[in-house]
Amino acid sequence: MMENVVLEMRGICKYFPGVRALEQVDFTLREGEIHALMGENGAGKSTLIKVLTGVYPKDAGYVTLSGAPVHIKSPQDAQNIGIATVYQEITLCPNLTVAENMYIGRTKGPFTNWSKINSDSDRLLQELGIPARAKDQLGNCSIAVQQMVAIARAVDMDCKVLILDEPTSSLDEQEVQKLFKLMRDLKSKGVGIIFVTHFLEQVYEVCDRITVLRDGMLVGEYIIEDLPRVQLVSKMLGKDFDDMAEIKSDSDAEKVDYDGTPVYQAINLTGTTGIKPFNFEIHKGEVNGFTGLLGSGRSESVRAIFGADRVTAGKVMVNGRTVSIRKPLDAMRCGISYLPEDRKKDGIVGDLSVRDNIILALQVMKGFFKPFSRAQAEKFADEYIELLNIKTASQDTPIKSLSGGNQQKVILARWLLANPQYLILDEPTRGIDVGTKVEIQKLVLKLASEGKSVTFISSEIDEMIRTCSRLVVLRDGKVVGELKGDDLNQNKIMATIAGGESNDIQ
Amino acid sequence: MTSSKISARGFFGKLVRNQLFIPLVALLILVAINLFADPTFFKISLEPSSTGNLILSGNLISIIDNASELAILAIGMTLVTSASGGQDISVGATIAIAGSMVLRFVKMYSPDISGGKFAAVIIFSFLVCVVVSALFGAFNGSLVAFFKIQPMVATLILFTAGRSIAAWINNNDNISINDARFGYFGNFIPGIPIPTPVFITVICLIIIALVLKFTNLRLYAQSVGINASSSRLNGINPKLIKLLTFIILGVCVAVCGFIKVSRTSSITYSVIANNIEMDAILAVALGGNNLGGGKFNLTASVIGAYVIQFLTTTLFKFKVSSSEISAYKAVVVILLIFISAPVVRKWIADVRNKNLASRKSKIGKEAN
Amino acid sequence: MKKLVKMLVSSAVVGAMAFGLSACSSGTPAATQASAAAPANTEAETTAAPAVEDGGLIKVGIINNDPNESGYRTANDRDMKATFTEENGYEASFFYSLKNEDQIAAAQKFIQDEVDYLLISAAGTSGWDGVLEQAQKAGIKVILFDRTIDADPSLYEASIVSDMAKEGQQAVDWLASQNLSEYKIVHIQGVMGSSAQIGRSGALDDKVAAEANWSIVTQQTAEWSEETAQQIVQAVIDSGETFNVIYAENDNMAKGAVAALDKANISHGVGKDVIVIGFDCNTWALEELLAGNWNYDGQCNPFQASYIDDIIKNGVKEKVVIMDEKGFDATTITADDVANYGI
Repeated sequence: MMENVVLEMRGICKYFPGVRALEQVDFTLREGEIHALMGENGAGKSTLIKVLTGVYPKDAGYVTLSGAPVHIKSPQDAQNIGIATVYQEITLCPNLTVAENMYIGRTKGPFTNWSKINSDSDRLLQELGIPARAKDQLGNCSIAVQQMVAIARAVDMDCKVLILDEPTSSLDEQEVQKLFKLMRDLKSKGVGIIFVTHFLEQVYEVCDRITVLRDGMLVGEYIIEDLPRVQLVSKMLGKDFDDMAEIKSDSDAEKVDYDGTPVYQAINLTGTTGIKPFNFEIHKGEVNGFTGLLGSGRSESVRAIFGADRVTAGKVMVNGRTVSIRKPLDAMRCGISYLPEDRKKDGIVGDLSVRDNIILALQVMKGFFKPFSRAQAEKFADEYIELLNIKTASQDTPIKSLSGGNQQKVILARWLLANPQYLILDEPTRGIDVGTKVEIQKLVLKLASEGKSVTFISSEIDEMIRTCSRLVVLRDGKVVGELKGDDLNQNKIMATIAGGESNDIQ
Repeated sequence: MTSSKISARGFFGKLVRNQLFIPLVALLILVAINLFADPTFFKISLEPSSTGNLILSGNLISIIDNASELAILAIGMTLVTSASGGQDISVGATIAIAGSMVLRFVKMYSPDISGGKFAAVIIFSFLVCVVVSALFGAFNGSLVAFFKIQPMVATLILFTAGRSIAAWINNNDNISINDARFGYFGNFIPGIPIPTPVFITVICLIIIALVLKFTNLRLYAQSVGINASSSRLNGINPKLIKLLTFIILGVCVAVCGFIKVSRTSSITYSVIANNIEMDAILAVALGGNNLGGGKFNLTASVIGAYVIQFLTTTLFKFKVSSSEISAYKAVVVILLIFISAPVVRKWIADVRNKNLASRKSKIGKEAN
Repeated sequence: MKKLVKMLVSSAVVGAMAFGLSACSSGTPAATQASAAAPANTEAETTAAPAVEDGGLIKVGIINNDPNESGYRTANDRDMKATFTEENGYEASFFYSLKNEDQIAAAQKFIQDEVDYLLISAAGTSGWDGVLEQAQKAGIKVILFDRTIDADPSLYEASIVSDMAKEGQQAVDWLASQNLSEYKIVHIQGVMGSSAQIGRSGALDDKVAAEANWSIVTQQTAEWSEETAQQIVQAVIDSGETFNVIYAENDNMAKGAVAALDKANISHGVGKDVIVIGFDCNTWALEELLAGNWNYDGQCNPFQASYIDDIIKNGVKEKVVIMDEKGFDATTITADDVANYGI
């Protein structure tokens, strides 16, 4: 059994100032297996990966690769001995082409045959079914494609160990399946794959083994068949967990008054970002969702509602009154809040403190010449840090040093503090841990029961079914259907997204 | 005992991480060097000046006096740096413009001055100079905010053309103002023993402190500098904020130009405020502010400005030729860049972490 | 659309500024008045233009340093512009730069334009041989003014220069004539390596080396800047050293130095504690002399145009023309001197 072990980590410790990130962690990876590394945010998954790939030096413990001890001092070292990594956040260069990104740092000698590299890249991209061409500039590709290029880069390097750190968080279902097929291919070739993810379904679909971490400590290593979902979740959380099914909406949908004046109504709203004119309305206390494949225009639609991108035509009414929303501040003044899809780029203001990030939107609405007093700001921050259970050392901690889930909670706090009547959440649960996901879903339902209207967008259809009472389905920038009631099930939604014969829903 | 040691280290660590640490240490080093070389450097005396008024004099007075323009500029430069992530290199040239404007109007109304309308003429000239400088600031700001030109490139235009414009304003005349009262603003007001520029600087600092307290300039500028896209989605207009910081810098420039020409009651277009832009940028850097924009600490920048003047005066005192002074400043720049380089930072952090970790494991063993 | 509006707005800002400026400059007294008072400017103007070309205007290309550089240069440029006019029979083109390469490029362009005369005040002394040879081949005559260059004298007709060393010598001789028992000098230099600095420093350095009772308290460059000069003198005063002469290599630096003296209550001028020496004869500096606040000002004659005009119209008399330059003593200067020689 032990002879086909490819990677062994024993007694790994890692400390940051004031934080014990890893304490005596063991990890074993065998040839030809897909091994899930699970844990809540801050459990130490990313740190373990970074120690393994030489980003951080370890403070104690040892690592062997194929039985031989190795000392990995840098990511380059790791790459050279056959450990390839695809990180959660895209770490490629957006201003280079796809092919350049795939081969950067791997060309030998001063001369490079770019035409060969381009054709090689094109072939590999095609094999993997990645919709990009070698000469495309990476920054112009969607996040999903960028992520897949990163994987293609890693795959193309002969590796014994492939680390995938949250690779699927920005991929849609079909893309995930392509990735899984690829992972199984690699597995059959004997590559050991470490798969870090928050998606339980994906773990059970593709993995052989699970290692669970909690608070920087090893909880245990399990064979997948021996560990039912509920147990996995409770091991991750360290307590008995009321299963996600619990939050299954006691559907407030009936309470929504669909005949009254909509809180927000758009007629023929047209933007410049490639979406067709669309009509949309949402009522008091309603939770609806926009769904569709990546690039279907679901994010673009809500951005148009918020005035984040330029709106060229259309009539907008808030509580029955015609308003003009040309920029985000207009929308904010109408009581609309928007939590953007790309947390890092559009959400957080990285170097600012948690407090400043929380008060930002309300402060801007209040006005340039009316700053909150320090005491008032601290009160707001305290209130929401407690309300949303945000884990931060202090209010003054820069938001960028928080974990992804907690960053998202801060942004959520920002918009809750602005006390909107209509809250748009674009992928609020992406890349955050299971516990926080459930918290956010519960929060959405709670807000709706308090009479707020919420638009909830998620790549996970499960989540949408659980939280939304109505789904707007988009395809190619066009609204192709609206589902509610009994139609809200996985099959119907998939069929509508995919199109074809089920178009008659309308 | 161990815990007290750790907290002491915690305090030290906090101190080291404080943005005021670098400029204050630099100041202390300069003080120490001067104390060692010649303690009389710090002598301050109260003596009558040629006009018969008692005035304070001494190296320290010269330093706080001569650093005034730089300190005022550091305010605007810090804000511009924060919001736009770049620097305005045209301030020296626009100071020439501002100074030239003031001289032009004071000269034009010199009959009125002798006619007793001194205050009115000065205030009018100063206000015109503020408006013009603010417009030039707006010009730079528009290029940066609306045309998205990098600040250094955008301000290169006025950097190149500014001194010619300044000369053109006065038809290249070598102007000199004879009224002694015009010199009050750059020297001493009769009866007050402290140089006037010091008061002007204090007023500017109070004004900016009030602005930062009673508006959201700090929050907005920092947000825009850190993440413009995110700021926009929170209702801030990043372009307007960038423009605003350049206009504020323009006003700072106007004040500096006014002080500069008042010091000698004359102007040399080609060399007035020569290289002051580099000193202003250095002050911002010395204050530990990220030249790439974002968070800023104005106090640190202003202290940085005084450190630079302290260095300059020290070098004058040691009779270093003024053309060589820039070489010494270059050494400071090199040290700064070295200290703030990510590699060095990481190295320091690693050393500290290692110490922390070894202490922790020690404590763990003791517990066992 | 919105973008367009923004562009318009920002161009409006630019436009407004241009307007503001032009509004400011209107109402200025005519620029060229000053040079009318230039000395030795009246001769030779009556002679008719010689038969260069077909009796038309004489084409001259004038390459000068940036007029903003100093009051000296401003006066020089005005004098040139006032002399080489159509009324005087010239068609003049001007080029200004402080960079040698730019000047050489401009010279090449003037050669292509087939000017008759090339008048050059070179920013640097070297690199001119090639372009002067081109000029010679093209039959273009070259006259240097204000600055000399390192080139074969056969390549140019004449050069009209100030003798900076002589200016310095005159000032130092004057200083020596004051018969002080001891000379403790604060020497404020111009940009190091400039011919004015070399000439004016040289005379003083020699004298200090030769005389036992002459000493330098500090010798530093303020690079023609009054503020730097002020800071240098301030530092000397703050350090407690005594001195009785300020030898500043131009008027602006002397002015900065005097500002520092005033602050520290050190009296200066005729019969006072510190002797103040400046150069260039700015009008305001001569007025200081007249008022007895300064002691001596050395002239650096910027009015070469009349000499050049004379050479073009009456032929070359000597290869190197050294201009007359005066030095003014505060005890003897008159209001007429200020009017005639102030720039």
